[in-house]
Amino acid sequence: MSAARNEQAQDPVLQVRDLAIALPAGGERAHAVNGVSFEVKRGEILCLVGESGSGKSVIAQAVMGLLPRQLPVAAGGITLAGEDITHAPRSRLRELRATRMAMVFQEPMTALNPVMRCGAQIDEVLVEHTRLDAAARKRRILDILNEVKLPDPERIYAAYPHQLSGGQRQRIVIAMALVLEPALLIADEPTTALDVTTQAQILALIADLQARHGTGVLFITHDFGVVAEIAHRVAVLRLGEMVELGTRDAVLKQPQHAYTKMLIGSVPDLHAHGRPLDAGAPVVLSARGLSKTYVDRGWLSGRREVRAASDVSFDIRRGQTLGIVGESGSGKSTVARCIVRLIDPSGGAVLLAGQDIASMPARRLRPLRRQVQIVFQDPYRSLNPRRTVREAIIEGPLNYGVPRAEADERARKLMELVRMDPGALERYPHQFSGGQRQRICIARALAMEPALLIADEAVSALDVSVQAQVLALLEEIRERLSLAMLFITHDLRVAAQVCDHIAVMSQGRVVEYGPAAQVFGAPQHEYTRALFAAAPGRGFAFGGRA
Amino acid sequence: MAEQTPDAKQFAALSTESAAVVRRQSAWQRVRANWSVRIGGTAMLLLLAIAVLAPVLGTVDPTLFDAASRDLLPGKQGEIVDLDGETLRHTFIMGSDSFGRDIYSRVIYGTRVSLIVGIASALLALSFGICLGLSSGYLRWLDGPLMRVMDGLMSIPGILIAIALLAAWRASLLTVIVAIAIPEIPRVTRLVRSLVLTIREEPYVEAAVSLGTPAWKIMFGHILPNTAAPLVVQATYICAAGILVEAILSFLGVGLPPDIPTWGNIMAEGRVQFNEYPHNVFFPGIFLAVTVLAVNILGDGLRDTLDPKMAKRV
Amino acid sequence: MYAFIARRLLATLPVLLIVAVLVFLMLRLTPGDPAAILAGDAANPEQIAQIRESLGLNESIVAQFGIWAGHLLTGDLGESFYFKMKVVELIGQRLEPTLALATLTILIAVLVAVPLGVIAAWRFGGWFDRCLMGFSVLGFSIPVFVLAYVLIWLVSLKLGWLPVQGYQRLEGGFWPFLRHLILPAITLSVIYIALIARVTRASVLEALGEDYIRTARAKGLPEWKVLVKHALANAAVPVATVIGIGIALLIGGVVVTESVYAIPGLGRLTVDAVLARDFPTIQGVILLFSFVYVFVNLLVDLSYVFFDPRIRY
Repeated sequence: MSAARNEQAQDPVLQVRDLAIALPAGGERAHAVNGVSFEVKRGEILCLVGESGSGKSVIAQAVMGLLPRQLPVAAGGITLAGEDITHAPRSRLRELRATRMAMVFQEPMTALNPVMRCGAQIDEVLVEHTRLDAAARKRRILDILNEVKLPDPERIYAAYPHQLSGGQRQRIVIAMALVLEPALLIADEPTTALDVTTQAQILALIADLQARHGTGVLFITHDFGVVAEIAHRVAVLRLGEMVELGTRDAVLKQPQHAYTKMLIGSVPDLHAHGRPLDAGAPVVLSARGLSKTYVDRGWLSGRREVRAASDVSFDIRRGQTLGIVGESGSGKSTVARCIVRLIDPSGGAVLLAGQDIASMPARRLRPLRRQVQIVFQDPYRSLNPRRTVREAIIEGPLNYGVPRAEADERARKLMELVRMDPGALERYPHQFSGGQRQRICIARALAMEPALLIADEAVSALDVSVQAQVLALLEEIRERLSLAMLFITHDLRVAAQVCDHIAVMSQGRVVEYGPAAQVFGAPQHEYTRALFAAAPGRGFAFGGRA
Repeated sequence: MAEQTPDAKQFAALSTESAAVVRRQSAWQRVRANWSVRIGGTAMLLLLAIAVLAPVLGTVDPTLFDAASRDLLPGKQGEIVDLDGETLRHTFIMGSDSFGRDIYSRVIYGTRVSLIVGIASALLALSFGICLGLSSGYLRWLDGPLMRVMDGLMSIPGILIAIALLAAWRASLLTVIVAIAIPEIPRVTRLVRSLVLTIREEPYVEAAVSLGTPAWKIMFGHILPNTAAPLVVQATYICAAGILVEAILSFLGVGLPPDIPTWGNIMAEGRVQFNEYPHNVFFPGIFLAVTVLAVNILGDGLRDTLDPKMAKRV
Repeated sequence: MYAFIARRLLATLPVLLIVAVLVFLMLRLTPGDPAAILAGDAANPEQIAQIRESLGLNESIVAQFGIWAGHLLTGDLGESFYFKMKVVELIGQRLEPTLALATLTILIAVLVAVPLGVIAAWRFGGWFDRCLMGFSVLGFSIPVFVLAYVLIWLVSLKLGWLPVQGYQRLEGGFWPFLRHLILPAITLSVIYIALIARVTRASVLEALGEDYIRTARAKGLPEWKVLVKHALANAAVPVATVIGIGIALLIGGVVVTESVYAIPGLGRLTVDAVLARDFPTIQGVILLFSFVYVFVNLLVDLSYVFFDPRIRY
């Protein structure tokens, strides 16, 4: 931290002292957060980092006075710009919101009232907290829309939220938060729901506005890339307790606490792993000119075509992993679903064991189905809630005539392979955590003894430490079983860690395809370069890594 | 790279995702612990017991009448002639009607009709609705036409359908049940169809497809079991509505013949002298309201525990 | 916008057609001779033969429907043999009381139910919420006619505040007209209030859980603004929907209520026609009620455009 900023950042905007927030009785623990102390200085960005359940969002709500009644502040205090607001009356908190402290939320798609025009939503803030007349308010709103770099403020002013993109909506929310120049901005995972390129722009915007107005920012995130990008100081939370607090470089490069070390160790590198590639490995599956077009034919309305994927070609070889990376809507999941034939491709070929399965009728497809298995993103919806783990795992083998005793034996072995207690076979999915369920899904897929395993954003919903475990498991399985893998992800770090080849997709097309080292090392296509440039924390050496 | 990969033990020790298997209540435990289910269920069991034990609950044959015992006030003693022509002393706990029939006996026996109609119409509507809903959700060519017919059927107020059908048919227990069930079929069909369409998109169903599970096994093994909870809830609501509609039909004079003891018939008979003897209407009315209330409370409790998503909606 | 309305209107045509077919079939597919059923119990063989002729009963069922639908399109619902007049005229005579009763009921129901639902959602889990939910289950469970008799007994017989039954036309002055309608309207509105309040509560509750409510609170808006401008505004579509769907319940209630309170409206007409087995009248009334239901729900559909800008037309 430079000396100049040190001087400027003397008076704390926000002070949190020994904060404890109680959880309702009978829960897993007594406190949502306990004994948390930190301060946010003027012009400073403090990142609160933690996995789910760490209590980071609860702290934000406590500061804003928006805690649900079931979660009372049990001890400690919160001071906002010198004023103790721990037990401030509701009316005082209402006055302070938007004027002294403001908040930006995670989901820009839902953070705005869908039935109210954007301008009117910002206007509400001014009506509530100022005595400006209508004309002055409108001028102020257009100014702030300009400041958050929204094009054509007049149009945005009159637009409804659904007419704007996610990034634009997040800019509206930021404009709304900053229109009265509060001293403190709380940003709760403000970029988590955004695509990586939009995320980079929003992060830049927040940093820019914060520096210009000297706002203190409490930035909540689970993503160490984002932390590296934006933080001045970092506080790490674990199960409601703060385990480490320090400057960005200190925490990210020389973490002290074992938990921080583990978290940072779990962050995958943005460089390709550089495993040697066997170019002669047999091709398990190849796609040739694969495309999927959705035709929307409404009653009394015209025909609309959506090209979800077009002309996609690649090969997946035994024992190797092909990664398809892309932002949301790029068509990467469509490709996966076409290959498993959950949807029928509208053109091109999918060659599996020398046969084209793209348009094969269901009956002939059946014997080939077992060769390609898939693990989905959402661990909570991937298992039938009414079936035990055993039933889920043996369903596939039984379908293909494996005797029950043998299928049971296979299930037990697979549970050991995915590092789960075979005793859990008789339990139902709701008794397992997200990471455990994902292991079960992997076991279910492996029970088919497939040649190709598809992981469709299979680790995206998991916390970083759990994600690292599941990734390690997948790696181990790929190696042991010489499995071919198709890894679909939006996360470049994850792709870099596991993939041998990379296909970058944008708007339904593969814009770049090649060995991972080459794609990461020297991206050719301009979209790929933009994508990599936007990756948060790029070039930051986590844990002192080179 | 290699030495930086944290080992599995360290992960297990530090990960905030607990490794222990979580213990959560099963659906059945939640249902049993719910007070609405307890109260509604107990009341229903009580009513079922009343229906079964009607003959031994101090009643006489509900069709017996005695001109000498007309229009007795509740609690009065009177005489009544049984089927063998013998005259019995009888206490008219709820009084008697203008034919000299024992209202208490008629109300108690009326429980039978109400429960049979309610439960049977719910089962009938459910079975037709499930068949149609499954067909609609799975056969694309059938979906459009079938749903248009259901839209049409839903556009005709249910009571009017029942009334019209009973005006054309002769009212009997069977026709009353069918006439009450028919207007409920579209609602069940729509529910089943929408459940099928939603569940079919669930990743676990897609996983089953990729596991090579045949379509019929997916239908009956994965989709149908997961529609059970909302359907049970819906069935209780249909049962409550069926009991209500049966009473309304009887009350309007288009339901079961007036000599059959149903709560609606007793009230229809009593309304003529409502100003002088309001209890002729109130006693069956209270039974009717309590029964429907019990079924509805049971339904709400089941909905809250079995189908929390729906509980949020309504 | 006009194209949207036209499209929605066009989309209701198949529904109307299916309703007509169903009403037609309800009678033709029942056992017995439709001509004899239509003519009523007191008809002589010549009358029956004449009806058979006019309905084309000797032709195929499709042709019969064609003839019937043709009459329908010219506004001819047939002749009531019981009331000895055209069904259309009969319906015209009975329209006013039912319209008045339904309008008053909807007015009472919406004005009472929506605020109750909003407050209950706001105080979710509190005593007000629990009372309202209890009342709403009760409202669903008490049969309309039982409630009617309880109210008559209490308000009219014991307290003597309002007339027991009967109807006063609007021409006879507004006050007598209203005095006769209040009790039936309250009776009828109870189940409707229960329904609307429940759905309002659920929809507002759902809206209150949305992210934009958090945003609104983070702006420092007072609670009533959050409730009305943000939560209720977003709950408008389901509330409007249930008001439309509730019309079916209302129509069922009208039949019973008019019967109890001796109001000479369409509901009473339905019961009289059923008891007299006067099928042309039954068909006519059912068709009318169903078409009204379809039309009201069309209006509700169209109203979505004003409540929710995301619904494109």
